Order: sequence, then C-alpha cells, then structure tokens
Amino acid sequence: MHPALSVIFFTVTAGAGYGVLFLLGISRLTGLTPEASPDQATVMGLVGLALVTAGLISSTFHLANPKNAWRSFVRFRTSWLSREAVFAVLFYPLCLIWLACDWFMGNTALTVVLGLLTALFCVVILVCTGMIYAQLKTIRQWHTALTPVNFVLLGLLLGALILGFMLASQNLPLSRLVSVALGLVIISALAKVIYFYWIGQPAGPTINTALGFTRATVRLLDVGNSSDTFHNKEFGYQVDKVKLIWLRAISLTLMAVLPLLLISGVFGPVGSIALLIAVLSAYAGVFVERWLFFAEARHVVNLYHGFQRT
Amino acid sequence: MKLGLVIDLDTCVGCHACAVACKQWNTSGTTGPLTDYDPYGENPAGVWFNRIRSYEVDDYPNNKTVNTPMSCMHCDDAACVTVCPTGASYKREEDGIVLVDQSKCMGCNLCAWACPYGARELDEDSGVMKKCTLCVDRIYDEALPVEERQPACVMTCPTSARFFGDFDDPNSEVSTLVRERSGYAMMPEVGYNPVNKYLPPRQRPKAPTIEKKEAATGQTLIGKWMKRQKDAFNDFGKGAR
Repeated sequence: MHPALSVIFFTVTAGAGYGVLFLLGISRLTGLTPEASPDQATVMGLVGLALVTAGLISSTFHLANPKNAWRSFVRFRTSWLSREAVFAVLFYPLCLIWLACDWFMGNTALTVVLGLLTALFCVVILVCTGMIYAQLKTIRQWHTALTPVNFVLLGLLLGALILGFMLASQNLPLSRLVSVALGLVIISALAKVIYFYWIGQPAGPTINTALGFTRATVRLLDVGNSSDTFHNKEFGYQVDKVKLIWLRAISLTLMAVLPLLLISGVFGPVGSIALLIAVLSAYAGVFVERWLFFAEARHVVNLYHGFQRT
Repeated sequence: MKLGLVIDLDTCVGCHACAVACKQWNTSGTTGPLTDYDPYGENPAGVWFNRIRSYEVDDYPNNKTVNTPMSCMHCDDAACVTVCPTGASYKREEDGIVLVDQSKCMGCNLCAWACPYGARELDEDSGVMKKCTLCVDRIYDEALPVEERQPACVMTCPTSARFFGDFDDPNSEVSTLVRERSGYAMMPEVGYNPVNKYLPPRQRPKAPTIEKKEAATGQTLIGKWMKRQKDAFNDFGKGAR
C-alpha cells in the first residue's frame, strides 16, 4: 500500500495525544501524576488535545474531496471510519468539560468520573482507528486483532513518554508513570515482534484462487494498461526486502530499545533530558513503524497484476 | 432482481472493445467524466470501469492464454458499501447495482481498499470515487429499443463473450449459462459473494504439436540455441514475485 504521510502523521500524532489524555484521565484515580496542580494538569491536557487536533487536521489532507468530510458521520452503524469520526468529534466537548472541571474544581468525584470517561473515549477512538485497517479482508497484513492492539499500545506508549517529559520538566514526581512507560515499551515491542512474525507466515488468496484456475500455474502475460493506473499508485507500492529488514530494526530500536534504556535509568537518573530524547526517539520509531505498516501491506488486487501471493 | 454479468473466458479474445465502449458511454453518462489526466501526452493515465488482463494458465504444451475482463462484481455482501463513512456508496435494493453518489463522496479511498477486484478508481480530478454502474443509465432507458437496453460492454463485445441479465430468475440466460457451464466467482474466499460470474474455458483435445526432437536435444549448434530459447521461454515468469 502507498504510505501516505498525512495518514501516518495523523495516526502517530493523534495516537500520542489520546495516549496523553488517557493517562491523565486515569491519573486522579491511579496517582500517575501526584502533586500536579489543577493548572498543571489542565495545561498538560491541552497539550494532549493539541496533538490530537494536529493529527485530525492532517487526516483531512488525505481526502481527495474534503468538502464532504462532514458527511462522514452518517454510516455509524457499519463503517469504522464513521465511528472514528463521530467519537473524535464527541471527544472534544467531553475532554474540554473534564479539563474545565479539573481547573475550576480540582480533584472532585465529578472530575474523576469525567476523566475516566475521557480515558475510555481515548481507547475507543484508538480501537476505531485500528479497526479501519483491521476490518479489510483484502489486506491480510492488516486483517488481524494485532492491528487495533498495536494502535492502542503505541498511542499509550507515546502518551506515557510525552506525559513523563512534561512532568519531569515541571519537576513533578514521575516514578509511577515511568514504571507504566517501561511496561508499555516492553509489551508494545513484544506485540510488534509477534506481528512481524505473523505477517511472515504464508496465508490468504493466491493468483490461482483470484482467477479460479487452481489446478495449474498462472502467470500474467499482459496487465492491460499502458500507462499509470490508480491501482498501481495506491496498491502497487513495494519495499525492497533488505530495506524492510533494516527499517524494522531501526523502528524497534528507536521506539523500544533506546527509550527502554533511557527510562530504565541505565544512563543515570531519569530526568527531563533523558525523557525528551526518549520522546523524540519513540516518535521517530513509531513513525517508521507506521510507514512500514502501510508499505508492508499487500492488497489482493496485486494478484491480478501478477503477484503469485499476497 | 439481481442484475449482473456473465463473462465467457472461453470466447473472450482480449480485444479491449468492452473497456473502450464502456469508457465511451460512461464518460458522458451519469457518473462521467472518466477523466484522463494527460490524454494526448506521454502518460495518458485515467479512470476506467473495466480492465482486461491476460494470463497464461499451465505450462507448455498444455498452456492456454486466458483473457479476463474485470469490472465491478456488484457483490451481494459488498464491503465497499459498509466501509463507506459518508453513505456515498450504496447498493440498490431493487436490482443490486452498487453505485457511488458523487455528491456525497469525500474521496477517502476506503472503498477501493475494501474491494478485492480493483473495481473502484479515484478520479483525481474531481476527487471522487468512480466505478461501473452496470450502465444504469442505459438498461432502464425506455427511449432505447428493448434489445439495446444492455450495458455498453455487452452490446459491443464482438465475440459475444459477455451476457447481462437477472440472476434471481433461474431461467434467465445468465442463470442458465452459469448452471450449464459451471460458472464461478473470482476470489470467493474473501466472502463478498460477487454476482458477476465467469465461465471457464472449455476442455478441448490437445492441439497436435510436431516434436522436433533433433533440434530440441541440443546436439547441433542451432539445436543448442533453440533449446536455450525454449527453456528461457518456459522459465519466463516462473518464480517472479
């Protein structure tokens, strides 16, 4: 699949924003951000919301006809993209009311409940984003429960690191959050390795089932088009095998290994500089991961263009 | 009613006349234009509702060229409709035709991603998704003579490899052809239940071939050269991708 930068930026950045807001949403209950004043909590929440907004704006650049984007709320019953759009829009008033409650009233029961509700919405939206891809039976590399799991885990991981950096730069205690971030780094790296292994297994339709000639070899003689097609541009993207292995290694190193070393205290006490490097490294790593998520996906229409299998 | 096409892979010669007739009719039809971005230039890329590809099935001497015209299959379980967030993609209750309401489409490409048959193409010029309409603006046009109320591709096919009709009627031409000639659906395992069916090539006795043993054994210089060419030809495409 063609890796569109607007969609990669959207899923990574908005994912990070939802991650920040999820952890802030549950922080009053779990004590992830102890001693954060209402002012500080609200500002950190607004940073998360800014990331979400930047991502959502970027997502509209992917549309060929964005003036009809407002129509994307009508098919809520069947379309995951519609569900994502509905939840993403409902999220704003909920999140702003919660942040306002936090700012004006501090740590009250209402704030805790609204925070939990916001956190729930964050996970629901991340799952919806993942399901847009996971629902497609035509792309076996996406048609797996690992896809939404991956979107949720990586969103939370980036959120935890960004929130950690914000706490550290305001000299607030962050030991609990760092423990959560450590757990997320390990689990999300593990999920990614399982995913790489899983998509390496041969499965799915072949050129034989695509054309109905299952008792003999089938080779493409003529693709039928003499110039570029929408399908070549959208689905024909292929990565070199060697480049792929390198990119997988780079992505895992940047999003998991380096942040793990930085926040586990191997290089000394975990301060704002270590966390800043961890945030930048993990963001770059997840960006490469999301690029690979698209580039490695092989649509079944390629079988008609001569691929023997997907 | 369940309208669709039957395409006979036994008689299709891969002449692309159906694709050209389709483009000619539909570019000025209800979902037109079928934009070409650089029509007289180097790379005249553009939107087509119908694409014809040719394949070689089996190995020499049992090989056969099969031409496969492919357009929208008007699937019974069309995921392109369910994934569409705007309601632009829809399947008509009355005849099962899958259409795009271009005034509602936002050009997110998700329906094209969901389609295994490559039936949907984005018009980069207008920013909306376009696809085969089964010539919905022809088949119900009462101004046309009855025999012309068929899709343009079916009308034009010089070998009569294309048939149009109602699959819900067990005695229609398309239902009969599917029943008698073992019509099948492409890539059924994706589970979309495509309505369009393909008739497999008929079994024929093997065409007689003259075995030039001397030339093929590689004894003489020309024989060695010919064997190399023959091996290269037979290996062509093997193991690619």
